[in-house]
Parts: sequence; C-alpha cells; structure tokens
Amino acid sequence: MNNIAGNKPALVWLTHLSVAFMVILWILPTLGLFVSSFRNADQIAGSGWWRALFPTEQTLTLRTAPADTQVQEGDLYVIDGNIFEDAGENAPETLSTWGTSSRDVAAYVPGDTAELRDGSTLTVEADGSYHQESTQPIEGSRGQRVFVTGSVPPSLTFENYDRVLFSGSSTDGMQRAFFNTLTVTIPATVIPILVAAFAAYALAWMDFKGRALLIAAIVALLVVPLQLALIPLLKLHLNIGIGKGYMGVWLAHTGFGLPMAVYLLRNYIAGLPRDIIENARVDGATEFQIFTRIILPLSFPALASFAIFQFLWTWNDLLVAKVFLIDASGQTTVMTAQIVELMGTRGGDWEILATAAFVSIAVPLFVFFFMQKYLVRGLLAGSVK
Amino acid sequence: MAPALQGLLTIVIGISVCVGYFFGSNLLLDTLFPPRGPKAGRNTNIANLIRPWLFLFPALFALGLYLMYPVVETMRLSLTSRVPGGGYEWIGLANYIQMFQEPKFWEAMGNNLLWLLVVPGMSTVFGLLAAQLTDRISWGSIAKSIIFMPMAISFVGASVIWKLVYDARPEGQEQIGILNAFVVWLGGTPETWLTIPFWNNFFLMVVLIWIQSGFAMVILSAALRGIPEETVEAAIIDGANPLQIFFKIKVPQIRSTIMVVWTTITVIVLKIFDIVFAMTNGQWGTQVLANYMYDKLFIARDWGVGSASAIVIMVLVLPILVWNVRNARREMN
Repeated sequence: MNNIAGNKPALVWLTHLSVAFMVILWILPTLGLFVSSFRNADQIAGSGWWRALFPTEQTLTLRTAPADTQVQEGDLYVIDGNIFEDAGENAPETLSTWGTSSRDVAAYVPGDTAELRDGSTLTVEADGSYHQESTQPIEGSRGQRVFVTGSVPPSLTFENYDRVLFSGSSTDGMQRAFFNTLTVTIPATVIPILVAAFAAYALAWMDFKGRALLIAAIVALLVVPLQLALIPLLKLHLNIGIGKGYMGVWLAHTGFGLPMAVYLLRNYIAGLPRDIIENARVDGATEFQIFTRIILPLSFPALASFAIFQFLWTWNDLLVAKVFLIDASGQTTVMTAQIVELMGTRGGDWEILATAAFVSIAVPLFVFFFMQKYLVRGLLAGSVK
Repeated sequence: MAPALQGLLTIVIGISVCVGYFFGSNLLLDTLFPPRGPKAGRNTNIANLIRPWLFLFPALFALGLYLMYPVVETMRLSLTSRVPGGGYEWIGLANYIQMFQEPKFWEAMGNNLLWLLVVPGMSTVFGLLAAQLTDRISWGSIAKSIIFMPMAISFVGASVIWKLVYDARPEGQEQIGILNAFVVWLGGTPETWLTIPFWNNFFLMVVLIWIQSGFAMVILSAALRGIPEETVEAAIIDGANPLQIFFKIKVPQIRSTIMVVWTTITVIVLKIFDIVFAMTNGQWGTQVLANYMYDKLFIARDWGVGSASAIVIMVLVLPILVWNVRNARREMN
C-alpha cells in the first residue's frame, strides 16, 4: 500500500537515481583511500586514484647507465642501453616526450638528440633505448638524469601493506600499534559487560527504594562529556600508582562505557517476559540462579550489541588512549595516535598514510559487515526515547 | 610482562573477581538470612532489601568514581589554581575570567555554535532522506549498508579519508584530491580547502555529517516502518501526493524520534575532538571547545582554565541531559 503513491515510473526512477547518487557520494571517499593504499608513491602523485585502473601519463625521473659502462668506438666514447631498465616494474611501454632538465621535462620527442652539458650528445628512442656519445671520456659516477613522460600501464601493489605491517620500522610500522590497540580493546570490552549485566538485572526486575532515581541518573550519565573526567582521573591514577598504562585505560574505558551498557541491557532485560522470571522465583530459584541461568542466556542479543559498540568505540578512540595510556616512551601507542603522528610527520606520503589508516579501519569494517544486525539492534535500543 | 599477556591475565582476573564477588556475596546473604526455618519470611524480606545493592554495587562504584566524582572535581579545579610547590588555592572565577578574555576561546565557542547549527540538522535531513528512499527500492538494504558504513570508521580514519578528498596541488599540476580534480574539471582553480577562513569549518563538518547520517538513517528508518499503515492509506485515498504524505503524515508521526536523533548528534558535536585535532588542530580559525580544552590541559598545562572550559561543555550539554531524563521518566511511568 505504501508504494501506490510512488508507482509513477518517473518517481521510481528519481528514487533509484537519488539513492544511487547518495551511495556514490558516501562510498567515494573511502574507496579513494582504499585504492590509494595499493598504489606506490609515484602513481599516487602522478594521477588521481580514480585513474588507477587505466594507463596513466606519468613523468618519471630516470638515469642512464653510469660512466664506467662506456665503451670506446674509434675516437668516440659511447654508452648504449635502455632507459626503462632504471624504472623497474613501473616502466612505461613507450615514451612520448623526454627531457634532461627539470625545468623542461618535455623538451624532446623520441629520436631527437640532446646536447648535454659535458659536451656529449644523447638520443632517446620511443622504446626507451638510448645512445650517448662523446669525443671525451664520459665522467661522473652516476648516469645522466633523464625525465621521461610516457603511458604507464595500471598496476597495483601490496608493497605498502608489506612495509606498514611487516617491515618493523618504528616510524611507518603499524605492527606494534595494532597489537597495542588490540590489548586495549579486549579487556575494555569484556569487563564492563559483566558488571553492567548484574546492575541491569537489579534495575529491571528487583524492587527497591530509589530505583527510578538510579535509572534517571544512568540516563543523565549517558551524556556527561568524558572531557570532564580527564584531569581528575589522571590525577587519581597517578596518586594510587596506576600511572599511565594499560590498567588505567582499561579502567577508564570500563567507567565510560558503563552508562551505555547498563541502559541498553536494562531496557532489554526489562522487556523479557515476566512469566519466566516469576515462575522461576516460585520454583525456588535464587536471584543469582535466575540471573545466570535465565537472564544471561536470554539477553545474548543485547550483550552482543553492547559488545560491538564498546569494541568499535575503544578501537576507534583517540582521546582516552592519549590521556591515560600513551606515555613519553611511545611504546604503548595505539593505531589512531600513530596515524595522527604520521599525518604530522609524513603528511604528503599518501601511500604510507592511506595504508596505515586502512589497516586500522579494516577490523571495525569487518566487524561492521558481519554483525550489522546486532549493531542496528543496539542503536535502536540505546538511543534515549 | 608482555602487554598482550597482561591483557589476557586482566580479563581472567577481572572476570573471576566479578563472578566471585557476585557469587560469594549472594551466597553470604543466603547463609546469613536463610529463606527457610522459623524466620523464613523475615529473612527473605531482609535479603530482598539488601540484594539489589549487591548486584548494583560494582557498577555504581565505577560510575561514581569514573563519572560523578570527576564532575565535582573538575568543578573544584576550575575554581582553583595550582600553587608552586604543591597544593591548590581558591581563586574564585579568575580562571573563567581569564578564559573569557581569550579570543581563541570565543573562536572555539563560535565554531561550536556553527557546528551545532549545521551538523545535527544536515545529518538528520540526509538520514531521513536515505531512510525514506531506501525503503522503497529493491537494493535498499545494500544502499543502507554503504551509507551506514562510516559509523564503523574512527574519526581519525575518517580524517585521513577526507584529507585525501581535500588534497590540493599547485595550479597546473595533476590534482590527486577528488574535490580539486572536480573543480579543475569544471574549469575552476584548485583551493587548499582546509585553510580558507570560516568556510574550512564546513569542510570539517562534512566529515561528521558523513559519519552521522548513517546513524540517523537507521533510527529513522525503523521509526518510519513503525508508522501505522492506515494513516498512509487514508491519505492516499484522500488524494495526497507522495510529498504531502511524507511531510504531513509521516514526519509528524516520527517527530519524537527525530528529536532523539537530533539531540544525540548534538551531544556528539559538543564533544567533537578527533576530527579537528587530526585535520587542522584548530589552526586557520577552526578551533572547537574540546580541542581548546585539550590544548589547555595537555599543551599549556593550565588545569584551571582547562577545567573551566570542560565545565562550559558540561553546561552546554545540560539542557539535553535534563530533557533526556524527563523523557526517560515519562516513558517509565
């Protein structure tokens, strides 16, 4: 019935088009970073990521063979070779223009002969082969610099991931930060669940004075900005000897996650059928038994929802980790902090930045796509009505 | 000890302590006041009086220590100043007065206000649009997943993603940021978007709108589906067109849900930190309150003014807090 009004073909088309437009708009930014993480620095700087699957016109800086490869032919000193050998995998198939000065990289077309500063001449052909000759011995330890513009076939590489994940480099490497993040996340997800579940059961099914007031307090705490907690708690941690470290960040995440956990679980547990609980009470089950044997198994969907929330939130967190965990040594840095660092120190090196960011995004995206059902359910139950 | 091992140990110890506490305390209660024997009735009553607090204690303790105490302590810190050599002295409102005289604070206030005006509204509008449109097409659930996806991405990750979108190369060079490439394709000149005064704030807001629209869509889509069919059918029979049905029948019926989405995103906006910290760090006139506070606390190490700005954030959140509590109470009654 809902669709009757929307059955006009023009309107249906408009709907499809607008949704398609919105979807493209929403996915393009992420796709850009994803594609960039599979390209090398030259490719990223040479062309937009949207051209990654097409051949691109690129200007490469290459060198001829060094002077010690020269051979003497009559009174001429000669170096022959192929300029593309210097480009490795990234070599273009053919070149369209070339030059010897960075001020005019497209000074010559294939077949032209350039006069070099040391008096020798250089000829480069379209297939990359070159011929350098001179009446004097050619000098210099490195070969002549040649700027080559040509069409480079598309190629994608795992090099960046290799560098970021396995090189062990302390500046680019994300390996340690990845495990640090994991170390923060798992206890910070598991511990609040149990604490919150007991409290939620008491708030949902036990009658006592002040219950309504406590529920109201939980709702209020849901929106208290955690910014207020930073200094007092850091002071507390320093005073009682926890200092900056994993213990501190676990406790902080537990405290900050609790209002949401209690609220979400209470809503769910309060909605369980009254009969089950009353029958169990009549049958002589203790409250502890009711909780562990009936409430916990039945609340699995809500527990899963909260677990996903807390996982995403602790995995993606920057502020709490910066304040409670990361000390001057930098040994305990997490991925978000490492990425911000990279943005500062290697802002232009997109191949490293994109890959590092994608390593940190990949895990939440995986969780998201496989457990979307629970996430949606949690969102619906968790927003204050 | 390796942190991973320490983490594992913490999980095991944490869970054992929790289970042990709950099990032990309940057992103790049942032993002290057994629900049988001559005093069974009285004992049960006493046990029922105590038991809720046994269940609640760990959560209440953690909430009190990690959220309630800091609010009070921050309030106190904002009214004091550190004395060299240790200790604090009461200085009344001097921190606030100093803060109110700083132009950077007013820049942050102004920007936060701008964020408040734009982000919750735009996110809700996009979310509502997406919810309404995707519900009517066959591939709607895929579209929903894609629009919802940024919710899983960290603010820092989103900052990197959008920094690539906004990337600028000097004029004449190949643009690798898609926004500048588009502008150049249209015949314009490339801009460094994040340094344009005033407008750069909007380029930062886009990131949060991009993230939060999915949240709005999910909540509003559920609300739209909860609308009674009869109301829509009646409107169709009366000859209403699709736009009228949407704005005059559907939207009024989900108004309370729209408010929920709006206020939730408003709270997020008031606390926004990571995006600004990672993309501009408050330069070029993009400072916001949470980042101002971070600067004061951890860069300038001025705990007094830092705490005062945290209190400002709290005061701004307060109306929503009161509104939420009132709604929750009405719902329960």
